[in-house]
Amino acid sequence: MSQANPSTAPAPQAAGFEQDPFAGAFPETREFWAAAEQGQLMLNTCQDCHRPHWYPRAVCPLCGSTRLQWKQASGTGTVYAFSTARRASPPYTLAYVQLAEGPTLMTNLVEADPDTFRIGMPVQVTFQRAVEGRMMPFFKPA
Amino acid sequence: MSLSARACIVGAYEHPTRLAPDKSVAQLHAESALGALHDAGLSLADVDGYFCAGDAPGLSPLYMADYLNLKLKWYDGTESGGCSYLAHIEHAAAAIAAGHCSVALITLAGKPRSSGQATGTAFRAPPVDRPEAAWESTFKWTIGGIYGMMMQRHMHDYGTTLEQIAWVKVAASQHAQHNPNALLRKPVTVEEVMASPIISDPIRRLDCCVITDGGGALVLTRPEIARSLKRPIVKVIGCGQTMNTTQGGYLDLTRTGAQQSGAAAFAEAGVTPADIDYASVYDNFTIMVIAQLEDLGFCAKGEGGRFVADGNLISGVGKLPWNTDGGGLCNNHPMNRGGITKAIEAVRQLRGEAHPAVQVKDCRLALAAGPGLVLGPGHAHATVIFERE
Repeated sequence: MSQANPSTAPAPQAAGFEQDPFAGAFPETREFWAAAEQGQLMLNTCQDCHRPHWYPRAVCPLCGSTRLQWKQASGTGTVYAFSTARRASPPYTLAYVQLAEGPTLMTNLVEADPDTFRIGMPVQVTFQRAVEGRMMPFFKPA
Repeated sequence: MSLSARACIVGAYEHPTRLAPDKSVAQLHAESALGALHDAGLSLADVDGYFCAGDAPGLSPLYMADYLNLKLKWYDGTESGGCSYLAHIEHAAAAIAAGHCSVALITLAGKPRSSGQATGTAFRAPPVDRPEAAWESTFKWTIGGIYGMMMQRHMHDYGTTLEQIAWVKVAASQHAQHNPNALLRKPVTVEEVMASPIISDPIRRLDCCVITDGGGALVLTRPEIARSLKRPIVKVIGCGQTMNTTQGGYLDLTRTGAQQSGAAAFAEAGVTPADIDYASVYDNFTIMVIAQLEDLGFCAKGEGGRFVADGNLISGVGKLPWNTDGGGLCNNHPMNRGGITKAIEAVRQLRGEAHPAVQVKDCRLALAAGPGLVLGPGHAHATVIFERE
């Protein structure tokens, strides 16, 4: 597996998370990437403290339990904060979105004029394929 | 266990270079080490404890220890970004107090400027085995983008204004005009800060620190050795450090690790923010100074914008003289790491060796605080409180 600089590596021939080095490095997140291929946003949720966390991992960071369960999330949330990289070509908008289920995740806001984005704005997940192969949760205005 | 008076800073040196294409990083570390030891009246042969971070060649203290031919009883390669060297002060003080070493050397050096690094505006792909990498690398986050989000959220939650935020840069520039080594010596106005080009909304160019080559070093020792030397005594009386994570997805972008590291340092020192005569607070971005001043307790959460406005951080003008060397915003940000220069200027102030135009009269208590790595994806924070004997 190449460790060098995967984000600039050419896209794999067979698109998908199976060849993605980021997904491949974390077997415990396989279910997330498989669901993402179907356009579903999954949250790793603790069966002991009953809270979902982000990013998905093998141990609940909120209580230390390893009794975790994948649950399909609504895919909706609100903008917590955003910043448009005006000097980038083309400009893009980095954001944190707070999911309806609670956790906040890093993403990009897409499919709208950056000047229309606001903190608190309702947004909805839309998956886009990363250059390495896995499907990633981007967000657009709901 | 309190570190109070168990360790003193006896040597401090800021490398004068801001652009060093013809020197190696190892040479800059070595020159910084020699500068601080000369300042202390000590030599390499006296050093028995060495502390460095990820900027040192080889990701271990071993390689610089070999370059300098140090004879070590103790070493520490703690890497927590720009605040590593403030954390090293606590580690060195603890090691000295425990008898592990007697003379501790801390060094930093690097050359991001001569290597043309786009520090705050370029996305740098993380290694695939870093656990957050899969979830964040696609979104091309930059340091400017993260602090842009922090600034925007702070303005949203607390009504902080761009004018208030600009005062942080104005204060730094007022100080930098007196520092012959500062990269940017021209005073700027609130209007000039607000009119500078947007980097990542709402961060403008003059909200960002400089990119410089350079280095710095500190020497700590036991009080009895310190008293045998000829330099003024600067005691380490309180330290704190923490790692502030994304908290499983329940983050608050306006709060920094200064809440934890500051509380620990003040508790150990037995003083309060009102007692502090001079503060070095790491200024990677203007907004980060405001958030840290709140979190350290210099004002209430959300009041930072009003606190820094109208020159309140300018020495001789405001209530809290801050970053009187010009800070990272104007003076120096060697290797994109501002922790060591914060401690160095605090030592200058306590010794009465700051530039006369910015020297705080009868400076007895000083604080140095700063973050490391990046707010959001996870940052470290360290605070040190010093007292002149």
